[in-house]
Amino acid sequence: MSSSKRPSKLFRNLNAKVASVPMILTALVVFVGGTAWTVLYSFTNSKLLPRLNFVGLDQYHRLWSTSRWLVSIENLLIYGAISLVFSLIIGFLLAALLDQKIRFEDTFRTIFLYPFALSFIVTGLVWQWLLNPDFGVQRVVRDLGWTSFSFDPLYNSSIVIYGISIAALWQGTGLVMCLMLAGLRGIDEDIWKAARVDGIPMWKTYLFIVIPMMRPVFITTLVIIAAGIVKVYDLVVAQTSGGPGIASEVPAKYVYDYMFFAQNLGQGFAASTMMLLSVVIVIVPWAYLEFGGKKRG
Amino acid sequence: MRYKFLTAAFAATVALNFAGPAAATDLEVTHWWTSGGEAAAVAELAKAFDATGNHWVDGAIAGSGGTARPIMISRITGGDPMGATQFNHGRQAEELVQAGLMRDLTDIATKDKWTEIVRPKSLLDSCTIDGKIYCVPVNIHSWQWLWLSNEAFQKAGLPVPKDWNEYVKDAPALEKAGIIPLAMGGQPWQASGAFDVLMAATGGTDTFLKVYKDKDAKFAAGPEIAKVFKAADDARKMAKNTNVQDWNQATNLVITGKAAGQIMGDWAQGEFQVAGKTAGKDYTCLPGLGLNEVIATGGDAFYFPLLKDEAKSKAQVVLAETLLDPKTQVAFNLKKGSLPVRGDVDLNTANDCMKKGLAILAKGAVMPWTDQLLSQDTQKQKEDLFSEFFAKPDMTLEEAQKRFADIIASAD
Repeated sequence: MSSSKRPSKLFRNLNAKVASVPMILTALVVFVGGTAWTVLYSFTNSKLLPRLNFVGLDQYHRLWSTSRWLVSIENLLIYGAISLVFSLIIGFLLAALLDQKIRFEDTFRTIFLYPFALSFIVTGLVWQWLLNPDFGVQRVVRDLGWTSFSFDPLYNSSIVIYGISIAALWQGTGLVMCLMLAGLRGIDEDIWKAARVDGIPMWKTYLFIVIPMMRPVFITTLVIIAAGIVKVYDLVVAQTSGGPGIASEVPAKYVYDYMFFAQNLGQGFAASTMMLLSVVIVIVPWAYLEFGGKKRG
Repeated sequence: MRYKFLTAAFAATVALNFAGPAAATDLEVTHWWTSGGEAAAVAELAKAFDATGNHWVDGAIAGSGGTARPIMISRITGGDPMGATQFNHGRQAEELVQAGLMRDLTDIATKDKWTEIVRPKSLLDSCTIDGKIYCVPVNIHSWQWLWLSNEAFQKAGLPVPKDWNEYVKDAPALEKAGIIPLAMGGQPWQASGAFDVLMAATGGTDTFLKVYKDKDAKFAAGPEIAKVFKAADDARKMAKNTNVQDWNQATNLVITGKAAGQIMGDWAQGEFQVAGKTAGKDYTCLPGLGLNEVIATGGDAFYFPLLKDEAKSKAQVVLAETLLDPKTQVAFNLKKGSLPVRGDVDLNTANDCMKKGLAILAKGAVMPWTDQLLSQDTQKQKEDLFSEFFAKPDMTLEEAQKRFADIIASAD
């Protein structure tokens, strides 16, 4: 045996490993442990306090026959589709426009990004006032002379979720724009020059050359937007608190209301497990495609 | 000079800090009484408790019981209990008691003979779990009142109605005069409470008990309850133009004559009082909507979490006794607009509406309320249903009743 035996693999980079122990523990105990605990108790009939009294799938059965939950899911889908599509399109357009070497770019960037500095609660309150028929947009237009003008999305059950989406877009597009702008700046000048030499029109360059090259930026943006969609709660609370009636309820609010107002932990856990499941269904195939096939480093 | 003054001030603070804990015990009391009338009432409780040499630390939580209760419960279950807390007596704190987190008050109750002074007896029954008493009822609140603005009816050229049926007939004329016939805020509990009131008034006490006490789902799907839904439909049409959320904003519409009436518990009375309105002259109240003059004995009670701190535990006893003291009862309930829990207090200064309530109470025409009969879970499902029902004009009565019967079938 030589004295210069290679140290065990376990002890390589020991400092780094020790340093990451707290984070590993947090991830395991808080995230994985908490998730497992929640899923486990979603099969019980826990009321105000958690109890291990299993009732099988009863909570899920009740969940999927509750109209409020179904309305919540439908709202989440509409809200999700709108914020995903529009914040990507508007964000990219704004970024592309800012990228035209315009004057006062910094000023515009600040203006567009500013809403993102506000919390959802503040955003919600501001838009609640703007969309209130008695002193918001409707009132202003009526005062200008169009007395039959009507615009009250937050008080109309069938379109209330769109009213909420407007506020979300106003708040979130700035960030998407910044991410996109960073992506655009990462594209080599030479590519633009080459495209110009070949006489490719600008819109085609964007669509067929630049956007495919920005794939990583799009994926990052997608993940950020998607996470924001699933957890939407405070915006709804500030704007409508789920009303009129239950027309603008969202899943996260159902979870909170049933866990704390209704003192029915089991039902709340079942709902949050369903939320987790929906995220998993979206994330797993994507993660597989992204990281699965090829081995890195 | 200035320096000296500062030193003196500093010394004074130090002295005060020293005097504090020795003379008085701070007891934090959480509650959700934050509207004008409610805050005035709770100040009376604080004053009475401070007079005993202790100190009431006010822990008001804004946003009505629905918001406040989760906060209170998580503080108690999370190991940071307050000195005392409000709940509606009945089943809201049931599990906290079963988990052994609340203090058993039976000794104090026997010593002070609560069973003899608290009236009606059902109040103390709602505080009793497994033969032990866990809460101090402080008032009787009943939901079944219709508040009418005399001014609004005058403006529409109508006499003030005597009961719900007359009121419904007046609705078109009120609307023509630009008045909202019925004010109803958007908070879910208001919708669900109004429906319960309509059931007790138009269906009668037996119907109410059959649904909520016996939880007879077949009956809830039957023709008796269909009639109640018909009345709720009237209410839905009358209330369609109210664009407010909170109950006191809705009450304010009635106070200012913008709306003709509101179905709301007797806590609305405090708001009329703060606004300087006189019962009988500016506004009219109809217990049981003028149809069924029975009042429910819901209300507020204080629960005392089990504490380790000896001094605070002693202060809890003092607070419990203060709450039932005749003088406190009168002062508190006059401001709150609710009825006192003891029959032997003098309420000469009570106004018209409270006297009506007291007379009904003296007759013994009382019934339990949903807080006592249903779990929070069932209550929440009911709230979801009725907030949807009242906000959605195209929801049919049959559909709503079917879902109502489903809730009753699974109720606990």
